[in-house]
Amino acid sequence: MVIAKKSIKLLAVLFMVFGMFTVQAENDTPQHGDVSGNQVDTPEEINSYIQHHLKDSHDFHFYTDNSTGKHYSFPLPVIVWTSEGLKTFMSSAFHHDDAGHEIVDAGGVKLTKIHSKIYELNPGETEVAFDEEHHATNASKVIDFSITKSVFGMLVTGLIMLLGFGALARGYKKGNTIPKGVGRVLEPLVLYVRDEIARPNIGEKKYKKFMSFLLTVFFFIWILNLLGLTPLGFNVTGQIAVTAAMAIFTVVIYMFSGTKDFWAHTLWMPGVPVILRPILAVIELVGFVIIKPFSLLIRLFANITAGHFVVMSLVALMITMKASFGPAASTGMSLILTLFIMVIELLVAFLQAFIFTMLSSLFIGMAVEEHDDHH
Amino acid sequence: MDQLLNDFSPGLFFMQIIILIILIVLMRAFAWKPILGALSTREEGIQNALDSAEKAKLEMQNLQADNQKLLNEARAEREAMLKEAREMKNTMIDDAKTEAEAQASAMIAQAQAAIESEKKAAMAELKSHVAGLSVDIAEKVVRQELSNKDKQLALVDSLLGEAKLN
Repeated sequence: MVIAKKSIKLLAVLFMVFGMFTVQAENDTPQHGDVSGNQVDTPEEINSYIQHHLKDSHDFHFYTDNSTGKHYSFPLPVIVWTSEGLKTFMSSAFHHDDAGHEIVDAGGVKLTKIHSKIYELNPGETEVAFDEEHHATNASKVIDFSITKSVFGMLVTGLIMLLGFGALARGYKKGNTIPKGVGRVLEPLVLYVRDEIARPNIGEKKYKKFMSFLLTVFFFIWILNLLGLTPLGFNVTGQIAVTAAMAIFTVVIYMFSGTKDFWAHTLWMPGVPVILRPILAVIELVGFVIIKPFSLLIRLFANITAGHFVVMSLVALMITMKASFGPAASTGMSLILTLFIMVIELLVAFLQAFIFTMLSSLFIGMAVEEHDDHH
Repeated sequence: MDQLLNDFSPGLFFMQIIILIILIVLMRAFAWKPILGALSTREEGIQNALDSAEKAKLEMQNLQADNQKLLNEARAEREAMLKEAREMKNTMIDDAKTEAEAQASAMIAQAQAAIESEKKAAMAELKSHVAGLSVDIAEKVVRQELSNKDKQLALVDSLLGEAKLN
């Protein structure tokens, strides 16, 4: 219990530190292009709001009071690699602008933010020009290493994991064989990953080597999924870059730990006519290098994005159905449906973490398998 | 697909890889290694405890079997001892009986012999007494006869009366 209280204290301190930035952000004069001082109440606005949420953002936004134009949010650091080298500043410099109106002069380069992406204006330009499809014509994307909301979410998750599992590990080191506090919840989960996911798929002899990766990825995805269900509005596992990075980890791990047998079976399948062997090799390679990681990254990304989309759309029912059903009925319907989907999403949050870890260990298991029988 | 590619942020991808690597390394050092180590130690401990409990159970069973055996042996010994005692008792009684019988019959025989000899002696004494008496009586009778016939008869009667008293 003491450890749990400590962790909560630490988190509280962390949020307070960022809370100071909130005050700073509040004083900014808002310059919002697409919201015309009203509430988000038309289907188009709702749609763009949802789209905006599903994307990564450069500041941690809680809500906007559209009547006063105040944003309740705190800025996050922007770190970009521009033509002039690495530039860092706080995202409050953009003043919540997301349409390319606010130009930030960061030591020789002019930067602007359009739809959550940071663009560098071509030299000599002072304003962004758009074509018909609203694509910037005189600016190019920069490589963005910012601590975005997703990165922030990952850091928070990492911290939660280090605190929680660190507490569990310390408990063991102190000589408690039975964990106390948070550890009591976490230990069965660790055992679950080890005994239900890693052991059966990878095999008794070799599973130990991959436990660090599998456990980290499992809890990372699960905690991020759960954070995504909170009103804080993280959508980290719904970012394709994040899921792609994790899928590539799996690929790299199973490619590098593949046994001789695995490569023999992949590249020169025994027991098959020689003419077919190169064709099979291509199929197997494509399967291992492209299809399997793709199935991993798309499944997680699509499930979480769809979950967020459905939940937000159901919340928006309250507004979109008000005209036809009246405020009470639309709110009630929205509440019940959202509650229902949220319960399912809680399950999905675990399920997707489980499936990702399960498939990763299955693929690793395929790569490290020893074939006793040579056909 | 275009939308997906557009949404793909290389920076986020890079950050995720860096964070994940650091997280895996940190978690491995501070969490997974000690946790998994402690879990496997605990599992081994439990396995050992179970094994030793099984062993103890076997030992207990052996001990019980031994006890049973000892008990059986003791019981058999007791039986044997009782049987022996009973036999001893019987033989002792039998011996005593035969001895007593022998002694009794010997005593009886002795007594009979003694009685017989007494009887014989008594008879001999009686005979000699009777003979003496007869001789006395005959003498007296003969003397009386010579003096008085009546007196002789009275004498015989009185002598006979005396003889009866004797």
